[in-house]
Amino acid sequence: MSEIYLAPSPAIAARQLGDEMVIMSAAESSLFTLSEVATVIWQAADGRTPLSAIVRLRVCAEFDIAPDQASKDAEEFVMELSSHGILMVSDQPIPAAPPEPR
Amino acid sequence: MATSLLTSAYEVTVQIGGLPVVVRSADVDFRTMLEQRYAGFLISDPQGAVEFDVDLVAPRQMSSDEDVRVCREAGRWKIRRGDFSAEYDPASRRGMLSCSANPFAMDSLLRIVHTLWLAEEGGFLVHAASAIRDGRGLLFAGTSGAGKTTMCRLAPREVTLLSDEVSCIRRVGDGYRLFGTPFCGELARSGENTSAPLTAAFLLAHRPENRLVPLAAAEAARALLRNILFFAEDAELVEKVFRSACEFISRVPVLRLEFTPSSPVWEMLP
Repeated sequence: MSEIYLAPSPAIAARQLGDEMVIMSAAESSLFTLSEVATVIWQAADGRTPLSAIVRLRVCAEFDIAPDQASKDAEEFVMELSSHGILMVSDQPIPAAPPEPR
Repeated sequence: MATSLLTSAYEVTVQIGGLPVVVRSADVDFRTMLEQRYAGFLISDPQGAVEFDVDLVAPRQMSSDEDVRVCREAGRWKIRRGDFSAEYDPASRRGMLSCSANPFAMDSLLRIVHTLWLAEEGGFLVHAASAIRDGRGLLFAGTSGAGKTTMCRLAPREVTLLSDEVSCIRRVGDGYRLFGTPFCGELARSGENTSAPLTAAFLLAHRPENRLVPLAAAEAARALLRNILFFAEDAELVEKVFRSACEFISRVPVLRLEFTPSSPVWEMLP
């Protein structure tokens, strides 16, 4: 089974507000609030770390969730955010976007 | 009356929140209508104004209920709704409005122009009543039926009402300033053309008892964003508005004001 790599889309704005991560999709003008577990995945989505490693090293290590359940939930979460254009998903590592010219 | 050298033109300058907008048309009755509608928000020295030339057209079978569309093409804003269309070039600060001689198109255009301008500088128009008490600006946000007009009707005599429907917030230094607008709701009365530092924002909710409930930051941001007026289909500006809303809730106390329509509600406000 191939790995899933993920990185935040450039067309979003995100802000940690208190305990919650709030994300706005600029394209859809829609707002999403992430749970604590989802926030951990979001923060680890660097385009280089596969989702399986994020689940094993972060989610299962920090939360009391069985590995199989954590993997299933993480994949559903990633696919949902991807469908809204908030996360970029690939079976290859995702290069970091070049800095915007100033 | 100001008259151009080329064609007879009648103009008024409406200033809301410090942004002057010159509206120029060839119809004296249209100008008179604007003067009446925006009385209290007219100025005679339009320094740094945005200017719109109005092309008045015959009323057609157009609906003001149609959703407005605002998008940027080649640096110009294109604005369309059932009952009017407009273009605006932010670089030259000039635009054209095509509408029939009704006040609703102008109202809508002014709101849109202000949302575009405010978004660039960290402010916004909000579905909110607002008022000044003891020199402090208070904002009461909520959708239709939340109690904006009710809060205005319950206001003590010494309170200055800035709007019962749409309020103008500008970023000033480290804080925010609340400005009156002519945009009114059920009160059917223009707000006062004055301003004050914004010291607290309340999200209105009808409940059997009056009480103030502190909100978590994320909840406050979500509620504020739901009430911000914004029309542009423009990812860059949407992101700016989001960041501005987050900035706002980090600097201004936001509470849920649960209230029953009774007069003591103002007594519990900080």
